Amino acid sequence: MTATNVRTDGKINIWAFANPANFMKLSGALLPWVSLGAALCLSVGLVWSLFYTPAAYDHGQAVKIIFIHVPSALLAINTYFLMMLASLIGLIRSHPVSHLVAKAAAPVGAAFTVVAIVTGAIWGQPGWGTWWVWDARLTSILVMLFFYLGYIALWNAIEDPVKAADLAAILCLVGSVFAVLSRYAVLFFATLHQGSTLSLDAEQNIDDAFYHPLLVMIVGFYLLFIALLLVGVRTEIRARRVRAMRLAEV
Amino acid sequence: MAEYLGFEGYGIYIWPAYGATVLVLGAIAVWSLRRNARVKAELAELEARNARRRKEA
Repeated sequence: MTATNVRTDGKINIWAFANPANFMKLSGALLPWVSLGAALCLSVGLVWSLFYTPAAYDHGQAVKIIFIHVPSALLAINTYFLMMLASLIGLIRSHPVSHLVAKAAAPVGAAFTVVAIVTGAIWGQPGWGTWWVWDARLTSILVMLFFYLGYIALWNAIEDPVKAADLAAILCLVGSVFAVLSRYAVLFFATLHQGSTLSLDAEQNIDDAFYHPLLVMIVGFYLLFIALLLVGVRTEIRARRVRAMRLAEV
Repeated sequence: MAEYLGFEGYGIYIWPAYGATVLVLGAIAVWSLRRNARVKAELAELEARNARRRKEA
């Protein structure tokens, strides 16, 4: 930790981590460990969930899809919440790295959303007898995917990065309605989709035989997300520097 | 073995679901790393060129 992170009153100045140079140093040190953790959790989780879990009385063996569907849906929505937060901070404090975090998170979040939708559709066939229904939860996650894609497109469409960052951040905030809906639609509306799989109330949780491998997969998905986000932000910081140097040359 | 990997008939759903997951997440990982490598190389080249120029000047 550099001296600039510690203020005179002894408290840690968290904004110093948002300094590009500090971020590059810290993320470079973290990245190998996070990647290793992701690889470990995902390998163990994949083998465990595919080959060492029982069939469920109501889903049969199709329940195995839960181990990829729930983590990807969780990350799809939480990534959007992260983007919303980063965009807000970017707008309020005009902090460029904050906008870059949101920008780097978007393609990763979109990928998780695609995985959640595809695995859900495949599970829908044996579970519901249909690939897709236009119910509140499914529809809102599809709209959220379009916001992810629109957000990425908007960044690419505007030449000036400062203007692009602000407009994309506003688009992100508008779309956050659908991230909230994706998560809570099962509570607000009558939908075909079942309620939350995980709950802080242990009584309502699924059986440990499913819960433990699911937790390993969730941790693996989170670590993968963090690794990809760090790589993405590092790329964006370097790309920003490249742009600045090219402009200085002209 | 074939029976076991068929997951009691649900294999036709389970394998494509897992396959699609590995494919999509693998693709985003490869895309991220390749883009990072490209931008890193571009930056290194620019910095080297700048350093040369400063030396000449």
